[in-house]
Amino acid sequence: MSKLLEVKDLKVSFNTYNGEVQAVRGVNFDLNKGETLAIVGESGSGKSVTSTTLMGLLPKPQGIIKSGQILFEGEDLVKKSVKEMQKIRGNDIAMVFQDPMSSLNPTMKVGNQIMEGLIKHQNMNRADAKKKATELLELVGIPQPDVRMNQYPHQFSGGMRQRVVIAIALACNPKLLIADEPTTALDVTIQAQILELMKKIQKETNSALIFITHDLGVVANVADRVAVMYAGKVVEVGTVDDIFYNPKHPYTWGLLGSMPTLDSAEEELYAIPGSPPDMLNPPKGDAFAPRNKFALEIDTVMEPPMFKVSDTHYAATWLLHEDAPKIEPPESVKRRMQGFSKMEGEQ
Amino acid sequence: MATNDQNKIPKELLVPLVRKEDTSEKISGPSRTFMQDARRAFFKNKLAVISVFLVVIIILMSIFGPQMNEYGTDDQDLTRAKMPPHVPVLEKISWLGLDGTLSGKYRGNDVEAATANAIARYDNKEEFIDIKVVDEGDGSRNSAVVDATYHIYDAKDMSDQYFWLGTDTLGRDQWTRLWEGTRVSLIIAFVAAVIGLVVGVAYGGIAGFYGGKVDNVMMRIIEILVGIPNLVVVLLMMLVLQPGITSIVVALSITGWTGMARIVRGEVLKLKNQEFVLAARTLGQSNGKVIMKHLLPNISGIIIINTMFTIPDAIFFEAFLSFIGLGIVPPDASLGSLINAGFDNLRLYPYLLVYPAVLISLIMIAFNLIGDGLRDAFDPKMHK
Amino acid sequence: MFRYILQRLFYMLITLFIIATVTFFMMKMLPGSPLSAEDKLSEEQKAIVLEKYGLNDPVPVQYLRYMGGLVKGDLGVSFAFDNTPVTKILMDRMGPSLQLGFQSLLIGSFIGIILGLIAAVFRNGAIDYTSTIIAVLGSSIPNFVFAGILQYVFAVRLEWFPVALWGGFEYSILPTIALMIFPMATAARFIRTEMVDVLNSNFILTARAKGISEVGVVFKHGLRNGLIPLITVIGPMAVSMMTGSMVIEQIFAIPGIGEQFVTSVTLNDYPTIMGTTLLFAFLFVVIILIIDLLYGLIDPRIRVSGGNS
Ligand SMILES: Nc1ncnc2c1ncn2[C@@H]1O[C@H](COP(=O)(O)OP(=O)(O)OP(=O)(O)O)[C@@H](O)[C@H]1O
Ligand SMILES: [Mg+2]
Repeated sequence: MSKLLEVKDLKVSFNTYNGEVQAVRGVNFDLNKGETLAIVGESGSGKSVTSTTLMGLLPKPQGIIKSGQILFEGEDLVKKSVKEMQKIRGNDIAMVFQDPMSSLNPTMKVGNQIMEGLIKHQNMNRADAKKKATELLELVGIPQPDVRMNQYPHQFSGGMRQRVVIAIALACNPKLLIADEPTTALDVTIQAQILELMKKIQKETNSALIFITHDLGVVANVADRVAVMYAGKVVEVGTVDDIFYNPKHPYTWGLLGSMPTLDSAEEELYAIPGSPPDMLNPPKGDAFAPRNKFALEIDTVMEPPMFKVSDTHYAATWLLHEDAPKIEPPESVKRRMQGFSKMEGEQ
Repeated sequence: MATNDQNKIPKELLVPLVRKEDTSEKISGPSRTFMQDARRAFFKNKLAVISVFLVVIIILMSIFGPQMNEYGTDDQDLTRAKMPPHVPVLEKISWLGLDGTLSGKYRGNDVEAATANAIARYDNKEEFIDIKVVDEGDGSRNSAVVDATYHIYDAKDMSDQYFWLGTDTLGRDQWTRLWEGTRVSLIIAFVAAVIGLVVGVAYGGIAGFYGGKVDNVMMRIIEILVGIPNLVVVLLMMLVLQPGITSIVVALSITGWTGMARIVRGEVLKLKNQEFVLAARTLGQSNGKVIMKHLLPNISGIIIINTMFTIPDAIFFEAFLSFIGLGIVPPDASLGSLINAGFDNLRLYPYLLVYPAVLISLIMIAFNLIGDGLRDAFDPKMHK
Repeated sequence: MFRYILQRLFYMLITLFIIATVTFFMMKMLPGSPLSAEDKLSEEQKAIVLEKYGLNDPVPVQYLRYMGGLVKGDLGVSFAFDNTPVTKILMDRMGPSLQLGFQSLLIGSFIGIILGLIAAVFRNGAIDYTSTIIAVLGSSIPNFVFAGILQYVFAVRLEWFPVALWGGFEYSILPTIALMIFPMATAARFIRTEMVDVLNSNFILTARAKGISEVGVVFKHGLRNGLIPLITVIGPMAVSMMTGSMVIEQIFAIPGIGEQFVTSVTLNDYPTIMGTTLLFAFLFVVIILIIDLLYGLIDPRIRVSGGNS
């Protein structure tokens, strides 16, 4: 099957005043047409840097792609010129950003902000673009779209602004939509609405979706597959079932364990101790080892490769080596895993 | 995906890690306080550091400069008026303009006439004037040009006297007056800045700290005051008061504190409701203690920055007032009054303008750079 | 919005009233009368003159008459210059000052905006450093120093321009340059900081994500947002135009209001000084009002919330 997107060994660094920040240190993943991939991981794990790199929007001149390929429909985006990337951005690949409050231009009418992409990529005249933009506003569930077209962002609530941002992203029917924590900045009820909207739209347009989030709870709802990132690397990747019922990486255990569930009130949350490593000088060996209860001696000397668990499931931990001691996930995480399958059964 | 290179893996290490210490909680690198960070950032800013040096040197010179030669501020002597700069040793290097000569281009219908013009201009002391012909001319009006250099120190038989920066129209030593003037300008600026600081911090602090009605009334008053342009207030004050240092300080202080008051109020309002202040108050610390221990240290940065920027403003205003005749009036000197006098003689004696103009520019640039440096240093965004 | 304008107008009138009142009583405290210039008059003549100017009336009456005069634009009569009405003196001298002021404000801000914009877009490049240096020098070095340099180098030495006085356009070139340096430096500094902020903001990222060209991003999305706050520094710029006009007009001997003011100071011609001061206050207050209203018009965020803020 032909892949829509393949990211191979992507490394991204920032040159800063204090030295080189290795934000992304060799990321691999792929994506099929129409598929939804969730990228999860703690703050600072490199999720946003990965997605802005896909868009070709790394801040210049600090941000540098050190190595790797981003194959989109077989073509390497890393090698594209600025002009070529401008043709792809907003047309083939679109992005929804984290903070709806600041991602719209405060001094430009909402309608114009949606029409801009249409005029640029689809060669529409203003009248057509206006019609299409009104339809888009309607599609993302904004009442009275023709009135709203002529308003400014500050006249919209946070949730509505995020709908506008989604409308902008959808304007040219992108083949790939990247949503970087699209709901983090919103109220819980609004979050659910926006998620529903994204799911619905994705089904209708059949675009592929990369969904970045902190929140594993959201993932089960939205995604087909999940990539777990830690310290600039993908440490485990698999289908939703793989990750939720059969997680292999201790970091994934930690993420699952720290997720509150309905009946988790009585038990301790399994939290990951410590804080993420300093990406200015990442530790030798496995970056997660210092926080890992189940770390092996080898973690301090050598980075674990990706071990294959199944055709769809890979994880980067020495625990999967055939000679490593067999270690079971902690009890609380196990119970959590069973809980998920129970919930699944009930649905 | 990645292949497992089985051969190179040291299998004996596939055992649980024995931790020597709890590395997960270790904090990397020593932690620094905000002030230390700010200081470090400031001293990394070369321009700001150079500016500090410059300001220190200028302050020292304004204290000791006038004593460095035997001339006083108001030693008038018309026989030695308008002497150009004359510095030992450096007088040998002609392009520095410190050799005690006056020079200029003079025109006439022919070389003879031009020369005569020059000689007439320079006290008719022909034997002390070097003439160099620039343009022979063709006999038409003012077509001939000569370069005349007048050795005025020799002409006045004062070649053993050295007025380092020359003398002004009344024969007073320009070096002495320059540093005296700098001293006056700096005193005015510092005093005005300190008064603005004290009043502004007190007013803004009270308004912000007590909030509510007090704040409301105090802020209305400021709003009205701010509506009245500083320039107008200062001009009116200067008209009513006797010209002099005190009047300028008073005039500048009356208007100078409102900016500081607004900033301090804003900061205090912001800080007041932050947890550490609330905690301190819940623990029963007195208002005074809360202010001294928690509020002041946290707004000190912004206060310092603001004060640094008011100093060049005050220096400019003093110079401006003296320039238009409302500030320091002769025989007292200030940078502004020296510049004013310099302009009157710009054509013939440009050195009277050059030195005070350069000095005031240096002072203003230095203070602005220090202010910029401080602002960057105190901005947490700048140093992570 | 309409209520807001009315409210602002009301505040402006109060401010002007206070300024005028303070000015009047300060004037009463000052020595001098229309007579000081004509001391040779006999007692009888003096009395006639005093009567003519109403200076024998009680102070409150004089105050009311003065305020009434102000409303009609009457600023009293000059002690010097043959008792010419101050308003007439100022009107006669308005032209050169306005021309200089506008010329330098417009040209200065325009060049400054361009400098700041280029500096922000090519941050940390050679142009950025150059424009930073220009900005620091321009906002630090007093304008009379610039005026001195320009006058000496280009007029006295090189003789490219007239040294002083007011005639055709060429007479206005050097003073305009001297006066425009401050607005230029201020605008360059301000726009740079503002544009760096704007270009780093999220909505610029959104715009780039749409595939818009860099030029479009900078001009269509960036510049407008960076320019709006520039309105807030028009106030300080206007003040610098006023102080500047006094100094620069004096240096270049331009028959404008500023030069008039300095002359009046030397002549102790208090009515003219006060009149000029009032004129400056009036201009300043009106400019601030216009700025606030303009801000409301240009920035959609303020436009709607209007007077509530
Ligand atoms: N412009 C930049 N300059 C320097 N370092 C950067 C820059 N942008 C990101 N980084 C660093 O790169 C690392 C990864 O950041 P990134 O924004 O991708 O995290 P994230 O996973 O998206 O986190 P979050 O969940 O908080 O959004 C962090 O260590 C961050 O400090
Ligand atoms: Mg992020």
